[in-house]
Amino acid sequence: MALLEIKNLHAEIDGKEILKGIDLSINAGEVHAIMGPNGSGKSTLCHVLGGRDGYEVTKGSITFDGHDLLEMETEERAIAGLLLGFQHPVEIPGVKNIYLLKEALNAKREAQGLDEIDTFSFMKQVRELVASMDMDDAFLHRGVNAGFSGGEKKRNEILQMLLLEPKLALLDETDSGLDIDALKVVSDGINRMRGEERGIILVTHYQRLLNYVEPDFVHVLYKGKIIKSGDKSLAHRLEAEGYQEILEEAS
Amino acid sequence: MTETQELEQLVKREYKYGFTTDIEQEIIPPGLDEDVIRMISAKKNEPEFMLEWRLSAFRQWQKMAEPEWAHVHYPKIDYQALSYYAAPKTQEELDAEAPESLDEVDPKLLETYEKLGIPLHERAALAGVKGANVAVDAVFDSVSVTTTFKEKLAEAGVIFCSFSEAVENHPELVQKYLGTVVPQGDNFFAALNSAVFSDGSFVYVPKGVTCPMELSTYFRINAKNTGQFERTLIIAEEGASVSYLEGCTAPQRDENQLHAAVVELVALDDAEIKYSTVQNWYPGDEEGRGGIYNFVTKRGECRGDRSKITWTQVEAGSAITWKYPSCVLKGDDSVGEFYSVAVGNNFQQIDSGTKMVHLGSRTRSTIVSKGISAGRAENAYRGLVHIGKTARDARNFTQCDSLLIGDRCGAHTFPYIEAKNSTAQVEHEATTSKVSDDQMFYLRSRGLSEEDAMNMVVNGFCKEVFNELPMEFAVEAQALLAVSLEGSVG
Repeated sequence: MALLEIKNLHAEIDGKEILKGIDLSINAGEVHAIMGPNGSGKSTLCHVLGGRDGYEVTKGSITFDGHDLLEMETEERAIAGLLLGFQHPVEIPGVKNIYLLKEALNAKREAQGLDEIDTFSFMKQVRELVASMDMDDAFLHRGVNAGFSGGEKKRNEILQMLLLEPKLALLDETDSGLDIDALKVVSDGINRMRGEERGIILVTHYQRLLNYVEPDFVHVLYKGKIIKSGDKSLAHRLEAEGYQEILEEAS
Repeated sequence: MTETQELEQLVKREYKYGFTTDIEQEIIPPGLDEDVIRMISAKKNEPEFMLEWRLSAFRQWQKMAEPEWAHVHYPKIDYQALSYYAAPKTQEELDAEAPESLDEVDPKLLETYEKLGIPLHERAALAGVKGANVAVDAVFDSVSVTTTFKEKLAEAGVIFCSFSEAVENHPELVQKYLGTVVPQGDNFFAALNSAVFSDGSFVYVPKGVTCPMELSTYFRINAKNTGQFERTLIIAEEGASVSYLEGCTAPQRDENQLHAAVVELVALDDAEIKYSTVQNWYPGDEEGRGGIYNFVTKRGECRGDRSKITWTQVEAGSAITWKYPSCVLKGDDSVGEFYSVAVGNNFQQIDSGTKMVHLGSRTRSTIVSKGISAGRAENAYRGLVHIGKTARDARNFTQCDSLLIGDRCGAHTFPYIEAKNSTAQVEHEATTSKVSDDQMFYLRSRGLSEEDAMNMVVNGFCKEVFNELPMEFAVEAQALLAVSLEGSVG
């Protein structure tokens, strides 16, 4: 059984249909890239998968790890193992980064029937991850995303993923706003998450990230539909020829 | 479901500490005249000066009108329909003094405390439990029932007792300081309090002494239609310092209950007083019925040079809050601070803030006010920064932030600045923000429930103030905020 199975998904916001019949199947161990021009529905797909209010699914189904995803609240999805990496991580002033990390981890542990993590093991684990993301410990004691640079915000997203170990990581435009050094660090982080047990979806406008994180499958999203799927060579074609060529070919 | 509907549905919550205790009350019949005041004074065996003081206050009160300038609305109070004295009966009724040990305390009363989670029993401290080092002067309705840790304080020379005991045992101190910060005729409610106050707390820290423990008093309201008129007086002599904690939750009531307390603080040269409050009076039900009217006058005077007074408050309860803990900075180089979190849900109305009156040179004040409004609550910050002619090089910094939850509540800011000395530096910063859908979605997508997510955002917003609370209270305050905002997410 696929880890994520999307069937004929239609979704609208404020009465406007954005997703017009998406079919997508993702297995554990696979990395999928969803590419598409602006306004193709990439972010909407991420928000619908994340369970954000305001989006209405009018048709179709989503099954995640055996659950009917559309019946689940946002936090239930997270606890079940679907984690969304944000394009624009929001600032939460006054809430220490480390506090959110701990609360999030404990929410997951509680759902698994585990005790709260003890502070010592938690700190050890977090410090290692922080170092691996080329970040300073001081960063843990700053407000969540408050005053972070674009690169720091994205590193923080990956840090959360590494700690929370989702079954499916859904990364929305994680490469946007990153300079080359940060892109490498972030890519390394994503590559470390790759594994037999985990699916990864990279949603991106550009091929750039895919030079560092090699996808198993590439899908082109256009006007709310996946119009073409292929292997990583499709991404290279997009980079070389632009979207237009492929759009014409598909229609 | 729309956000508003969802919010409405979730905002509904029961007052967690809603219960009443069935205890025989000794109540003076409703009404107020000089005879009632004489009766109160007589019941308390007060010296003549105290009675005269009360009567003088009463005569002033009779000529005063209830203030109407605050941004709050409530039906007219019939002061003749209130009863002005109630004391819980102890098992030894005739014993005029408060019981000395817990055995003498009405078991039902103890049960009440237990429900409220008050660490009244000394066993925690006796067992050497960490953090039990807090003296509790428990006030039930109007009369002190039991006081603990007295010996330890006495060793340090600190007087910490009920106001009545202070009148009896230290009349010279009471006479010297009472009404010197908040005069009898200061305002309508203060005058009423001065005439009829029942009891409260008294703290005296002698010269050079650092009070060996945090002092804590819990106030409760438990008698129907009984106004509560607490009177607290704290004096820190030269070089003394003390941290005083006050917290309260009240049993649920249908009728509105008036609470008009007066707190006076006096800090002499180099003295420091930290006064922290966690206030959780019954706020009324979700339709806005009932709840406490909390009309409080709190003022501290930095009478001495280099003295410091800090007010920290977390205001979560009451149907109406009218409260402006203030500092009069008389001494040169004295410092006044005000840190406040005021949270309103359902139909609560809050008009609160502070006054910083700079009279001495190089006086400094800091105001950090965090207002949170949910449901249909109205939350107003009202602050005055006054720099007098004599205050050379005075400085004030004010930060006033409002957080809105939902779209049916209100936040208002009324800052007043009067600078009569051109060397003054006054800064005012204000922000208004909403708990955004983005923040909620972000935190929930990390596995936090809606309520946990909301609490996290709100606690982050209040952090600067919580940091000022003594440790024991910071935890309590966060819990209280969570209870107050239970369900108010969308």
